Amino acid sequence: MNIQDIQNEIIDEFSMFEDWEERYQYMIDLGKTLPLIDEQFKTEDNTIKGCQSKVWVHADLINEKIVFTADSDAIITKGIIAILIRVFSNQSPKDIIEANTGFIDDIGLKEHLSPTRANGLVSMIKQLKMYAIAYQTQLQ
Amino acid sequence: MFNIETIRKDFSILSRKVHGKPLVYLDNGATSQTPIQVIDAIVDYYSNYNANIHRGVHTLSQEATDKYEEARHKIQAHFNAKHAHEIIMTSGTTESINLVAHGFASLLKKDDEIIVSALEHHSNIVPWQMLCEKTGAKLRVIPMNETGELVMEEFDKLVSNKTKLVFVNHISNALGTINPIEDIIEKAHQVNAAVLVDGAQACPHLKPDVQALDIDFYVASAHKMCGPTGVGMLYGKEEWLNKLPPYQGGGEMIAEVSFEKTTYANLPHKFEAGTPNICGGIAFGAAIDYLNAIGFDEISTYEHDLLDYATKKLLEIEGLKIYGTSKNKTSVISFNLDGIHPYDVGTILDKMGIAVRTGHHCAQPIMNFYKIPGTVRASFAFYNTKEEIDILVEGVKKAKMMLS
Repeated sequence: MNIQDIQNEIIDEFSMFEDWEERYQYMIDLGKTLPLIDEQFKTEDNTIKGCQSKVWVHADLINEKIVFTADSDAIITKGIIAILIRVFSNQSPKDIIEANTGFIDDIGLKEHLSPTRANGLVSMIKQLKMYAIAYQTQLQ
Repeated sequence: MFNIETIRKDFSILSRKVHGKPLVYLDNGATSQTPIQVIDAIVDYYSNYNANIHRGVHTLSQEATDKYEEARHKIQAHFNAKHAHEIIMTSGTTESINLVAHGFASLLKKDDEIIVSALEHHSNIVPWQMLCEKTGAKLRVIPMNETGELVMEEFDKLVSNKTKLVFVNHISNALGTINPIEDIIEKAHQVNAAVLVDGAQACPHLKPDVQALDIDFYVASAHKMCGPTGVGMLYGKEEWLNKLPPYQGGGEMIAEVSFEKTTYANLPHKFEAGTPNICGGIAFGAAIDYLNAIGFDEISTYEHDLLDYATKKLLEIEGLKIYGTSKNKTSVISFNLDGIHPYDVGTILDKMGIAVRTGHHCAQPIMNFYKIPGTVRASFAFYNTKEEIDILVEGVKKAKMMLS
């Protein structure tokens, strides 16, 4: 599936929920499915700054596609990064760089984009795209 | 007479909704809400007599100057300072601290020592580190214990003839501990060291008497005392303020200027360069009037009742641990749920309309001491109620259920 299809799929899933509780419960459950980063990659370099909770992300290039793994010490943050990784993992660097992330609004997580939230959703997206830019440069 | 219903009517924000639920505002340690009396003072200033102060001969300027200086006198009376010119108007606690730190740069020499407490806010650590780098003085730290109190036996060992300054917060922002400042001041004065007390967290809850306590410097922010943001004060004993050089150059702080020499203005203007936050200063005065009209004894009694009730109710939740368990504390509860990140708890509580603070509260050394990433902090004000605490307790239970 391409990035747009995955985003649409996530929007569909979230549209079934009636209230914040169900939405957050689902996000917490998604956090449990996060492809976990190998402990050796939980380094300072792989930490995403600007989060109140700790977030580590690692990226590998496999068959010209980026495979992300991550972890966080906070469970809601883990859910958020799990959603992002589901969208961006196993995609080409080019597609990741060009991807629009407007779906965040559509699934009712817009509040997490505010800089005061300090959970670093913006930083996370930026970091994932940075990996894509780095690998894109390698491929060229 | 303390009437909670009447008081709450002064704060229209308390009746708003957040995520469709009635707001439960328990982040008073970060900033307090503003009563209509203070908002009225702000509106009155801009509607009727907005003008620059201390220089105009016209009526508006004189009215604004009178009101601004009246606010300074209110602050003086509130803290029982000997002179009004010992009250320096600043942009807040952080600027007040930096003003003193800057001033001491010219008084300290290599190997002098500054003592700070382990319970400090970052704003009370960084300026001293910078000062030490500049002067070669050394920073010493009074350690804390498991209950969140300062280990005073260690302080006794740290104080020596090398000690020039001691900096301690009156009340810890992260844990709510009331520090034994009387004892600290007495011992520091035995070696002729100055003491600066950060009263940012204390002033919403109690009324310090700077003369009775023999404090050298005391600092506070209006926005934690029902006043606006961007204004605060520094109290300094006259003899100390005279020893310190000006903080910033500019208008207002000079007596005479020529290209050869500038003579500085007298206190307090020496430290008040440029146009101050005039409206903020006047509103600060209105906030002090408001708090005193309720009465600090009444506030203290009521808040302690809230603290006891909240402590008891929260501890009934299995796996909840409170950090900062000193008997001598104000209405702040810092806590965590076993195995759950404070950020997650704060996010769920927000969804239920409950405002708390999560994170390290600008006091990372304290979090490192407890080996935790942060806490959830509920800080209560005199306008909070037991019903709101019940909502908090239910919220924490729900967060625990969702996040476990």
